[in-house]
Amino acid sequence: MIQVNRRNSFSRIITLCAAFLLTFSSSLFAQIDASTGDADAGKALFKTNCAACHKLYKPMTGPALYGVVEKYEQDFEWLGKWIRNSQELIATGDPRAVKVYEENGKKVMNAFEGLSDADISNILAYTQTEVVAPLPPPPGEIGETVPGGVSNEIILAILGFVLLLLVAVLYIVNNTLKRFAQAQGIEVQEEETRKPLWKAFVENQFLVLVSVIFLLLGSAYFAYGWMSQVGVDQGYAPVQPIHYSHRIHAGENAIDCKYCHSSARVSKHSGIPSLNICMNCHKSIGEVAAETQAEGVNEYGVDYNKEIQKLYAAVGWDEATQAYTGETKPVEWIRIHNLPDFAYFNHSQHVSVAGVECQTCHGPVEEMEIMYQYSPLTMGWCINCHRETNVKVEGNAYYEKIHEQLSKKYGVENLTAAQMGGLECGKCHY
Amino acid sequence: MSSNKKYWKSVDDLNGSPFVETLRQNEFVEEIPTDEFLGDKETLEASQTTRRDFLKYVGFSTAAASLAACEGPVIKSIPYVVQPEQIIPGVADYYASTIADGFDFASVLVKTREGRPIKIENNKLAKAGYGANARVHASVLSMYDQNRAQGPTASGDAVSWSDIDAGVMSQLNSGKKTVLLTQTFASPSTEKLIAEFVEKYPNVSHVAYDSIGEQFALDAFEVKYGMRVLADYDFSKAEVIVSVGADFLGDWNGGGYDAGYAKGRVPVNGKMSRHIQFEANMSLSGANADMRIPVTPSQQKVILSALAGGSTANLPENVKNAVNTAKNELKAAGSKGVVVTGLQDVPSQTKALEINANSEVIDVAAPKMTRSGDVRKVNQLIKDMNAGRVGMLVMAGVNPSYTLPNATEFDAGLAKVAVSVACSMRADETASIATHIAPVPHYLEAWGDVQIKLGEVSITQPTIRPLFDTRQFQDSLLKWMGSDQSYYDYLKATMINAGISFNKAVHDGVVMTNAFAKAVSTNTNTSITEDAGLSNATLQEGGYELTLYTKTSMGDGNQASNPWLQEMPDPITRATWDNYITMSEADAKKEGLWLDRSSFFTEARHDANGGLNGTLVNITVNGVVVENVPVMVQPGQANGSIGLALGYGRTTSIQEEMQTGVNAYPLMQNFKTTQNVSIQKVAGVHEFAVIQLHNTLMGRGDILRETSLEIFNTKDKKYWNPIPEVTKNHIEYEVTSPEVDLWEEFDRSIGHHFNLAIDLNSCTGCGACVIACHAENNVPVVGKSEVRRSRDMHWLRIDRYYSSQDSFELDDTKKNDFNGLSGDNGSLGGFGEMEDPAANPQVAFQPVMCQHCNHAPCETVCPVAATSHSRQGQNHMAYNRCVGTRYCANNCPYKVRRFNWFLYNGNDEFDYHMNNDLGRMVINPDVTVRSRGVMEKCSMCIQMTQKTILDAKRDGRQIKDGEFATACSNACTSGALAFGDVNDTSSDIYHKSKDDRMYHLLESVGTKPNVFYQTKVRNTKEA
Repeated sequence: MIQVNRRNSFSRIITLCAAFLLTFSSSLFAQIDASTGDADAGKALFKTNCAACHKLYKPMTGPALYGVVEKYEQDFEWLGKWIRNSQELIATGDPRAVKVYEENGKKVMNAFEGLSDADISNILAYTQTEVVAPLPPPPGEIGETVPGGVSNEIILAILGFVLLLLVAVLYIVNNTLKRFAQAQGIEVQEEETRKPLWKAFVENQFLVLVSVIFLLLGSAYFAYGWMSQVGVDQGYAPVQPIHYSHRIHAGENAIDCKYCHSSARVSKHSGIPSLNICMNCHKSIGEVAAETQAEGVNEYGVDYNKEIQKLYAAVGWDEATQAYTGETKPVEWIRIHNLPDFAYFNHSQHVSVAGVECQTCHGPVEEMEIMYQYSPLTMGWCINCHRETNVKVEGNAYYEKIHEQLSKKYGVENLTAAQMGGLECGKCHY
Repeated sequence: MSSNKKYWKSVDDLNGSPFVETLRQNEFVEEIPTDEFLGDKETLEASQTTRRDFLKYVGFSTAAASLAACEGPVIKSIPYVVQPEQIIPGVADYYASTIADGFDFASVLVKTREGRPIKIENNKLAKAGYGANARVHASVLSMYDQNRAQGPTASGDAVSWSDIDAGVMSQLNSGKKTVLLTQTFASPSTEKLIAEFVEKYPNVSHVAYDSIGEQFALDAFEVKYGMRVLADYDFSKAEVIVSVGADFLGDWNGGGYDAGYAKGRVPVNGKMSRHIQFEANMSLSGANADMRIPVTPSQQKVILSALAGGSTANLPENVKNAVNTAKNELKAAGSKGVVVTGLQDVPSQTKALEINANSEVIDVAAPKMTRSGDVRKVNQLIKDMNAGRVGMLVMAGVNPSYTLPNATEFDAGLAKVAVSVACSMRADETASIATHIAPVPHYLEAWGDVQIKLGEVSITQPTIRPLFDTRQFQDSLLKWMGSDQSYYDYLKATMINAGISFNKAVHDGVVMTNAFAKAVSTNTNTSITEDAGLSNATLQEGGYELTLYTKTSMGDGNQASNPWLQEMPDPITRATWDNYITMSEADAKKEGLWLDRSSFFTEARHDANGGLNGTLVNITVNGVVVENVPVMVQPGQANGSIGLALGYGRTTSIQEEMQTGVNAYPLMQNFKTTQNVSIQKVAGVHEFAVIQLHNTLMGRGDILRETSLEIFNTKDKKYWNPIPEVTKNHIEYEVTSPEVDLWEEFDRSIGHHFNLAIDLNSCTGCGACVIACHAENNVPVVGKSEVRRSRDMHWLRIDRYYSSQDSFELDDTKKNDFNGLSGDNGSLGGFGEMEDPAANPQVAFQPVMCQHCNHAPCETVCPVAATSHSRQGQNHMAYNRCVGTRYCANNCPYKVRRFNWFLYNGNDEFDYHMNNDLGRMVINPDVTVRSRGVMEKCSMCIQMTQKTILDAKRDGRQIKDGEFATACSNACTSGALAFGDVNDTSSDIYHKSKDDRMYHLLESVGTKPNVFYQTKVRNTKEA
């Protein structure tokens, strides 16, 4: 028994020593201090840990963090405790903690026990970053392009002027030479007057007939061409009530099309996303990055942040209180892809069953700053694709039997949509 | 032998009217009315516009129009701000619900698109509530009625709900007598609520009132079984059905017996039920009967007592024989026989109950709860009102000023009631003279529970937010009781207290429970046995016995402002937009009401376009006169009797187009639907819009095939259902043989091949499919004058054919004996010789829609290839390609193509649902709304088959039998319409297509239709 006791006490001492050493070392070597922090490292940490709820200069789910160090009078110990586990701090009845908790609508902040003192120092250092003024438009860019355009025109004008001058000079030279010739008595041989070309043409009835036929055929060809574009709105890119950039969302941020247009999977409509879908992200993205904003202003003449404000106004989101006001104003988008009433098109058939990429019909949406109609959406265009595209039958039990029988009948390996019956009138018109 | 009979579609067809002859010659009954705009010479000459000017204008306006057309319109798309989780644009949702408007009760599924209910389907989980009729199918359109009351009013001025509540509460607390006059709710929760309401305010009493009640059946049941309910019947168990004046395939006993009846009507193992009908009017039941004996209501009374053991004296010989036959057959059937009656007196109803006491068919343990009104109480109420004893009258779901026979008395009484509150959907005849209107929502916007049959509770749930500022009657009651509870909470609590899983009940729409069983009382009310003076009341003796009936389309008139129902042809007369007196030919001739075909032009039986005309009469009963009622000659109407449909003649809160017919309720003296009346001819001619006259049979009588059970059981198929043969090189070939086919056969063995089977035995002619087709396919309503011009747009019509001989043997003999055209035995006189074929014809119903011919005559004549064929067997119609030559309609042997003579939507000339924003909400977004100048027809619901295929593709699975459906096959509860893929050899439709009874319409034409029919077998025996 005694032996056992002794061994116990020994291990306890060891543990205590270790604990003491650890506490000592941590408190000794890594006190939290914003002034020792590295703001760049802090930025990375901020983005991974804090950015979901905090912004530097604007309140979000949590309050704005710029100047937080000054706000709490450089009480780094308190800040550290709060960041690592605010609820524990509140539970102890710390008056300041309770006050902060209540001031911010009793929102519970996640505990970040894993952050080291150095991490917290870095983050706090980052929170002291001054506001960066929005980048002014890169100087000279606009100034350069404008004179560039002008100079081209001037060069062209000068060229034209020179050519005119040349013609005039030649004419004068010719006249002068003639005068010299006359003066010197040299007879300039006048050419024999031939029948004018047009007279010859008019007199040749065959030629007239042929050219009239060609003229008629040609105008018919062009008239047909012109008429078949009536009602085809390829390239239609109306101005939308909110400037929504597919380039940023689908392109830069690589958001899947069907994240927003989810009904394309199951419905005939691809669906214009309701505004609550936008707010899934835009609750925390109240403004775009400074570079994006600059790009928008300079290249597309649009203030993205203002567009986000339009969204907030429509959905009734109050940024200050981070809450919905309940006052909504549905957005009246202008429809780009209009199929006539008598044509039935089903997105889910193409997207879910056939596995067609959205881009096949809608074009490089991820590059479109403004959405436009990429395909002509004519019947010929539909039919053509149905003729060329093979039906995707792999792993679809529905197609097993019919594909086996039909491909045998037509003697082909893969069936096109047309062979499957995709050209029948009633498949799209009813 | 099948179809050697002479089939005829109308009296004129039978008699060989020259108009029918004209119709036979002209493919289109009416010339294109060029004269209307070119014929008026004066106007043309008076015009300042020269021909050249005219051409200039035309040229410029065309150019301007085409230039303007180049600019596409800007179309806006407005998504939800917050999209509800269940709603995916473009995908339909289905909710189970229940209709209980006091006349129609049924469990239904409501199809909604983007939150709009657009179609009613049957709820297959329901038992008693299964089987929506035409009116229930059409009820979705009644919700989108712009004539509904849109908010509470007092004396015609809009007020707030609190004003209404204050007024009602002060009356309730004043202690003055208050009466709740309501429809039959058959709702456990509402009944409980009313009981609590009456308990809280002792000065309140409750009176239930049914517009067309079953007073006498209820009385008889109450006397015998102690409950004021109706016996239920399961006709699928019956071997012999004898009906004495009961149209049980119509609205008798609350209706809903088609499905059970039709089950017993299909010959299985050589057996089918036998149906004998004694009746005055030609009803749906009589039309389906194996033996129909036209008798007047007074004779019916004798017949019923004879069936119960009384004497058959005073009956004509043929009726006597029929009664004896019926009696013997009932005896032989034992417990599988049943007698039903619609006689309007308690003793007769009691007798029927006694005859059925040992029958398996009748169910008195779990009766039907859909009628409960007691007219004695209603009459007492009217007396009280007139005596000034009633302080407040609250009405819900009733329209007594319209439906009461003594409405004038009621109106006078209502004027003496200080506060009258009409909880109704519209400012109808009653509500418009009530002091307050507290508008109630349509059932698709409301909560509720309905016990249609004891032990089966159906749930009503809203499928759209209330369109107008309405409040449910039950919510009002709760409010007036001072409760904060909503009726939804009340209902939920009632259900949960009864041990019902509420969510499951709402999901399924129906729950089987005995929680709301009523205690059977044994004390009988002696006052009832005396009929409270109703049956003994002396009525004026007159020339005719009138039987008031309800049409399958209009019912009690509650949905009179529903254009679908107005345009739905009556299954028997095929008339639309009207009610009229039905009268036998003999009586009409006797009374000088028969318009002869040779009469002066304005009084001809037909207009040049085939439109039927009729004379007018005044009907008098008990001093009440209903004026200017048109007369229609109805084959099969019992001599000495006339019929008239209720539910017409509405005038208030209903647009002018729907104010059709005459109101027959004032004739329902003492609440009896049979009356002795006298009629007086008045001057004038009435124009009917009757559909059956529109095309002719062209002598192709074999379009309908029927045989008797005896022949069906004993003879070979070749005898009674032969395939026509043609001769080629002196060899007989069946016309279906490829040897004699004009066309190359396309291989349809791969993939789906849709066929639609129509069983003429099961089809009762109820017309639910017609309305379902309208709703699914956006079929336009064209109005009475257009229907009269043969421009009806129904994609699916139910043809009704009469045939003359009772027995097939006689038919054969007669036909075989014909020898030459004239002479003693000549065929010319042959039919004339028959003793008045129109007196008691046999009737057959035949639903006809596009037959989707594999060798379609329409396809080959279309100059622009707008109609073409698919591998799946459907005949496609591309509206955008059609230029309207109408060649296809010309070449169609079945006359199923419909031409859009006008733009029926967004056109001020047609004030129906497609012409207002509210009514357009019912349009199915998956089907094109057609424009003027294009041909349209049944598409075999290609939008539905395509959806089934797509769903399977998305799930990556094979399609099971039963998944494919059309709107009509879904609506058909009798099993007459079946749809499926015949390439699936395990499918029901495949077996049906191989059935002996299978035949195609006009097989000899060689069109190879994808719709096939099952020969009608009548259970006839030779006496």
